[in-house]
Amino acid sequence: MIKSLIILLVFVHLTCFTKANNYKDTTNPNKSINAGLKLPTGFSAIIVAENIGRARHLTVNKQGNVYVKSSKLMSGKGIFYLKNVNDGSGKMQITNSFGNYGGTGIVIKDNYLYASSDEAVYRYQLDQNGEVISPDAPEKIVTDLINRRQHETKSIAVDGNDNLYVNIGAYANACQEKDRSKGSMGRNPCPILDSAGGIWMFKQNKLNQSYPEGVRYATGLRNVVGLDWNKQTNSLFVMQHGRDQLYQNWPQYFDSASGAELPAECMYDLHKGSNCGWPYIYYNHLIHKKILAPEYGGDGKIEESKEYQDPSIAFPGHMAPNGLLFYTGDQFPKKYRNGAFIAFHGSWNRSPLPQAGYFVVFVPFKNGKPTGEWEVFADGFSGKEVVTSTRSAEHRPCGLAQAPDGSLYVSDDSKGFIYKITYSNH
Amino acid sequence: MKKIVLGIASISIIIVAIAQKKKPAPKKIDTPMASIERGHAVYIKECMSCHQEDGGGVPHLNPPLYENQDINNDKKKIISIVLKGMSDRVPIEGEYYSNSMASHAYLTNQEIADVLSYVRSSFGNHASIITPDEVKAVRGVKKK
Repeated sequence: MIKSLIILLVFVHLTCFTKANNYKDTTNPNKSINAGLKLPTGFSAIIVAENIGRARHLTVNKQGNVYVKSSKLMSGKGIFYLKNVNDGSGKMQITNSFGNYGGTGIVIKDNYLYASSDEAVYRYQLDQNGEVISPDAPEKIVTDLINRRQHETKSIAVDGNDNLYVNIGAYANACQEKDRSKGSMGRNPCPILDSAGGIWMFKQNKLNQSYPEGVRYATGLRNVVGLDWNKQTNSLFVMQHGRDQLYQNWPQYFDSASGAELPAECMYDLHKGSNCGWPYIYYNHLIHKKILAPEYGGDGKIEESKEYQDPSIAFPGHMAPNGLLFYTGDQFPKKYRNGAFIAFHGSWNRSPLPQAGYFVVFVPFKNGKPTGEWEVFADGFSGKEVVTSTRSAEHRPCGLAQAPDGSLYVSDDSKGFIYKITYSNH
Repeated sequence: MKKIVLGIASISIIIVAIAQKKKPAPKKIDTPMASIERGHAVYIKECMSCHQEDGGGVPHLNPPLYENQDINNDKKKIISIVLKGMSDRVPIEGEYYSNSMASHAYLTNQEIADVLSYVRSSFGNHASIITPDEVKAVRGVKKK
């Protein structure tokens, strides 16, 4: 008995010892091959730039140059313009930096670059070379959006008309009376939904819009970081970050394993008036059902019958989908065309199980709908076989963008790496 | 590495020995080591999901418990944070963290003392233990 106890203790100590030092281990012996990423056959990856702040979303102009939005300022700037070094290495370098605000959203539509802070959306006119004409004098398109430092990032997307879609994340986990507190009930109706917890629609070309000028396009979305306009369906697709702490706050209904797996991270195909149900429900992808949230009387089993929208496809919990891109290029094999890539930033709320995500997933689409399958497309960003602690992940995929030649860019907001993934069949 | 293993093994044996010795008189005799061990169990249950197994927290969401001066220097402040929670948006070592921390006042003074003693002696921290009386003193300050 004592012997086995000692063995157990030695083991526990050893595991603690190794784990505690994990975050310091930054060696990745395979970085020279495909930038350390695991990719399907025929694909290759290079790191085109490093240390681009906390690179959140990114967008590519017609000339193939990249604009990156950083949530952290570098030398007072939050947008970085990257051009090829042209030495044959494929590397890019910053040739211009501007925008005195941190943020997440960035997208090009026609001859304008749109970028968001955590409260506003700006736009910059581009010249015929796809370059910003007046980097220090943007037009303020949207202003005074709520920022309470939880789910504060404002991701943006544009449609083929003149609409601009902005995520305004809910400043809470589950709209409890006391945020993230054990047993605290939900406020009903949830007052957060008046000004957050949804997607707001504005005009792309009107100055100084705020809540009175905008339309609450979709509600019941806790927080969206990855979103993209689907030109096939002519609709806005979003990836919701599902709520945290089912087990930690409601141990009477959930064990740690179900709290790690639930709720699903959901993709929604939105239309005007969509209600995806946060905070009243969550989605259980294992049984394909909308379940009443414990904050509103649920016990993990009671189904919610109200007409909240069903997800288009659902993924395991907490993986944090931060980037969504519909692939319209012709460089990748045919199966990727019009399918979705999703960058999963990686979880923190799955312990004591290992964390999950830290990869880019591909979701095949048929007739404007996911086929129901999904596969890991690019893995290995974390540099770890198993991520037990979020901070130990070396890189965390966040934004996705497609180049004019059909290459795929992936940003990492941990160390500011920009990856370029290409395909060649010979 | 061998030395480390031996060292850890011998520490473990001492812990086992202490644990064995403790059994006949479980109530009165307490040691810092026993408090820290109990604190580890409280940490796993109450803290680990946010602050993570290595105390590193989650970048931009949940603050780390190392390289965090308050952990080592301000007993009253960290006791108070455990009791009252924290939703102030103030930078910790220059970084902002988004998630609110809930009140953990439902833990006993002993549990709070144990878990803070564990945190203050783990993840590279080397601060003294915290006693239940110190927790009680902070809890008692509450005005009605």
